[in-house]
Amino acid sequence: MSRLILDEPGKEILLMGNEAIARGALEAGVRVAAAYPGNPSSEIIGNLAQVAKEMGIYVEWSVNEKVAAEVAAAAAVSNMNALVAMKQNGLNVACDFLLNLNLTGIRGGLVVIVADDPSGISSSNEQDSRSFAKLADIPLLEPSTFQEAKEMVREGFELSRRTGNFVMIRSVTRISHARGNVILGPLPKDFPVPYFDTSKPLCPIPTSITHVALHRRFKEAEEILKDSEFNEYWGPEKPELLVITCGSGWLFSKEAIDILGLCSRVAVLKVGTTWPLPKSFLIKHLQKTRRVLFFEEIDPVLENNVAELYAQHNRELPLIEFMGKNSGIVPGTGELSPELILNALGKVTGEAVEFDENQAGQAKDIIEGYAPQRSMAFCAGCPHRASLWAIKQALSLDGRNGVLFGDIGCYALGILPTGFSQLKTVHAMGSGAGMACGFGNFHQFGVNQPSLAVCGDSTFFHAVIPVLVNAVHQRSRFLLVVLDNSATAMTGFQPHPGSPVDAMGQNTSPIVIEDLCKSLGLPTVVMDPFDLDGTIETVCEMIREQTGPKALILRQECALVSGKKQGKKYQVRIDPQRCIGEECGCDRLCTRVFKCPGLTWDRSEKKSRIESVICNGCGVCADICPSHAIVKESA
Amino acid sequence: MEKDPYNVVVAGVGGQGNVLGTQLLGAVLVDQGYKVTIGETYGASQRGGSVMSHMRVSMTDQYGPLIPPRCADLVIALEPSEAVRVLAQYGNPNTVTVVNTRTIFPVDVTSGNLAYPEKDALMAKIIALSKKAFFLEATEKALELGNPILANIIMIGAVSGAGILSITEVELAKAIRENISSDKVDVNLKAFAIGKEMTNCD
Ligand code: SF4
Ligand code: SF4
Repeated sequence: MSRLILDEPGKEILLMGNEAIARGALEAGVRVAAAYPGNPSSEIIGNLAQVAKEMGIYVEWSVNEKVAAEVAAAAAVSNMNALVAMKQNGLNVACDFLLNLNLTGIRGGLVVIVADDPSGISSSNEQDSRSFAKLADIPLLEPSTFQEAKEMVREGFELSRRTGNFVMIRSVTRISHARGNVILGPLPKDFPVPYFDTSKPLCPIPTSITHVALHRRFKEAEEILKDSEFNEYWGPEKPELLVITCGSGWLFSKEAIDILGLCSRVAVLKVGTTWPLPKSFLIKHLQKTRRVLFFEEIDPVLENNVAELYAQHNRELPLIEFMGKNSGIVPGTGELSPELILNALGKVTGEAVEFDENQAGQAKDIIEGYAPQRSMAFCAGCPHRASLWAIKQALSLDGRNGVLFGDIGCYALGILPTGFSQLKTVHAMGSGAGMACGFGNFHQFGVNQPSLAVCGDSTFFHAVIPVLVNAVHQRSRFLLVVLDNSATAMTGFQPHPGSPVDAMGQNTSPIVIEDLCKSLGLPTVVMDPFDLDGTIETVCEMIREQTGPKALILRQECALVSGKKQGKKYQVRIDPQRCIGEECGCDRLCTRVFKCPGLTWDRSEKKSRIESVICNGCGVCADICPSHAIVKESA
Repeated sequence: MEKDPYNVVVAGVGGQGNVLGTQLLGAVLVDQGYKVTIGETYGASQRGGSVMSHMRVSMTDQYGPLIPPRCADLVIALEPSEAVRVLAQYGNPNTVTVVNTRTIFPVDVTSGNLAYPEKDALMAKIIALSKKAFFLEATEKALELGNPILANIIMIGAVSGAGILSITEVELAKAIRENISSDKVDVNLKAFAIGKEMTNCD
C-alpha cells in the first residue's frame, strides 16, 4: 500500500513536498485531480493517480493545463472537491479559463497548485506566478515546510468552499522537490454528493455584477485569513532588524540567524497567506522595528505589497528602512540559498560571514582543477541525438540554410553543442511549430530558407494540433518533425493521448499521430531515426519542393524506457585495429562531435572506447564512424 | 549523531540513483525519530549532469533543504570528481568522505574540451579536503551483483560499516519495502552487506 493513504493519524513519515500536497488533498476529501506534467509539480498528480483506485477518486493527465483546469472546475461547480496542479508555464496556458472562472465562482472546492521553478532548474523560463493571485482577486497561500504544504492544501479546500471561489497555492522547487517530516491527519469517509444545479448557470457576464461579487468573496477570504496560523513570528519582540519572508526563505533565514549569532537582534516574520496580506499582523510588528529585510523567491511580490501597506498606514508606523530586491541587497532573480541569505544578513548587520567571496573563489579554483563541468547531454542511446544528427546532415546537404524551430522537452538540448546546435529557437510548448508555420509563409518576401520545426509526442497533443490546422488553412510550407519517443520523458514518463493507458492505468485507445496528420491532408512519413541514412534522405526529400505543410514522425523509444524494458539491442565494441583515433580524417567524429556519453576517448591508448556501464546499445554510432571501427552485434 | 543538525551530501551523476539512496537513508532516520529534510537537484540533471542531494538530520528541528557552505559532516560520492565538487563548497576540516572510485567522464571530457584529473591526484585532493576518506570500488562490486545502480546501496552499507551512521538491515529492508517494493529487498540487502564488509575491515 502506498504510504500516501496510510490511515494512521498522528504517524510521522518522510514525504516529498509534492506528496505532502497530494496527501493534503486526500485529507480534504479531493474527488477529482487533473494536470499536465511539468516539473516541479509533476509528482502531485502522479502520486494521486497511483492511489486513485483505492481511494475511489478520478485522476487524469490532461492534454494541457487549460483542459486540466476545466476538468477540475467541472467537479468544483458540481459540489465536489477538485485539485489542479501545474508549473509556472502551465498557469499561463490555463490563465484564460481561470480568469473567467474567478468571476463565476464555484460550488465545491477547488485548489490550484502552481509550482514555480526559481532559477529555472527544470524550466525554460523563470516566472513568479504569485502576481496572478492579485490579478484574479483570489487568495494565495505559500507553504514554508512540508507539514505546511499538506495543511495549506487541506485548509485551502475549506477556504475555497466557504468563499465560493478557487484558492491558489504557490509551491517552489525547494518545497515540491524536497522531502521532510509530515505528521498524517485523518482521511475523510463522507463526501458531498456531486450534483450540477442547472437552475443556476455560471456566466461571468455582466461583469458589473460578477466582478463586484468576486471582490466580495475576496473580502470574505481576507476576513477568514486575517488570524491564520500560517503567519508566524520568531525572535525578539523589538528587533533591530525584521526579516519578512515566505516559502523556502523561512527555514533558511532562521538557520542563518542562528549561525551568525543574531538571535537576540533579528526576528523573522513568515507570511503564509501572501495574498491578501495579514494586515494587522504585519502592522503590529512593523511598529516595533526600524529596518526590514525581505527574502522571497523570484520577484519582490511580498516586498511591494508590504510597501503598499506601509504607504497606506504610514501615520501609524515609524520611519522604516526597507531592504530587499528593490534596494539591491538581494539579487533580483533566482532562488534563495543559505549562502545568499547569510551574505545578505552579514552585509546588513555587519556580522562577518565565514564563507565569503574570497573562499567562494578558492572553491571555484578547486572545482576547475579537479571536477570538470558536466554539460547536459542526451542520454546514451537517446533517439533525439540520432534525429538531430540526421536533420543536421540533411540541412547541410540541402544547402539553403534551413531553420529548425523548437520548443520544450528533452530535445531542447538541441540548442547546445551536445545536440549539434541544430535548434534555433526555444520558447513555449508547441511554439516551434507555430513559428515555423509563420516562417514557412514568407516566400513572398523572397525567403527561401526551408522552415522546419521539431516537437515531442506529448507536445504534439498539448499545443501543436491547432498549428497544423492553421498551416493547412494558410498553406504554410513547413515540415513538422515529431520526435516521437513514446513518453513524456522530461517529467517522468507520464502517459499522454498517444499512450494505450491512462493515468489510472486503464486501457484506452491511443491516438495515432500520423493518422491525425494524414486526416488533415498532410503528406506524412514515419521513420526510425536510428536508420540515419534513410532519415537524412527523407528530410532532404520532404523539404525540397513544398507547397504546404508536411509531417515527418521520427519514432523510437526514449532510451530510458527501452533500456528498462528490453535491455540492450546491440553489444557494441570498438575494433582497435580500425579505430585510427586522432589520425582519422573525421577528427574523432564519434566522441568530439557525435558526443554520445557511451563513447569515451581513451587518452593513453589514443582510441575510442565504449563505456559499457553507460552505453545503451542503440548501435547508431556504428553507422557514423567513417572507418567502420565501431562494431555492433545483436545482443 | 555527533552534531545537530548532522549534514550529509550524497553526490553523483544523473542516473546513478543517489536520489533514491538518500530517500531510503532519510526514511530510516525518520523511523529512528529524527527530523530529516532532503533537498535534491535533479530534473534536467537526468541527462548526464551532476546530481546532489542534501540531507539534514536533527533531533529537534526541521531544517531547510540546502546545507550552508562548508557545513557538510559527511559526503557520500558515487563518483570521485563529484566528491571534490562537493567538498570544495560544503567540506570543512571535519568532513568525512566516502567515495566510489569508478569515474564517469563528462561529455566535456570525452569530447576532448576538458581534461579529467589523473586518478592519483584526484584521490590525494579528496584526502586533503577531508578529515577521513574511504575509497570503495562500489560500481565493480555492484556489477558483480548484476546492476551498477546498486552502488548507491553499497555506499550506504559502507557508511554503516564504518560506524558513521547506525543503520540496521531490518530498518533498511522496511524502508525499501515502503519506498520501492518488496521484491527489491533481497538484492539491496546483499549490496548493503557488501558495503558494510568493505569498511569494516578498514
Ligand atoms: S551504441 Fe553507440 S551511440 Fe548507442 S548508446 Fe552505445 S555508445 Fe551511444
Ligand atoms: S530521457 Fe529519453 S528522451 Fe530524454 S534525453 Fe534521455 S533518452 Fe533522450
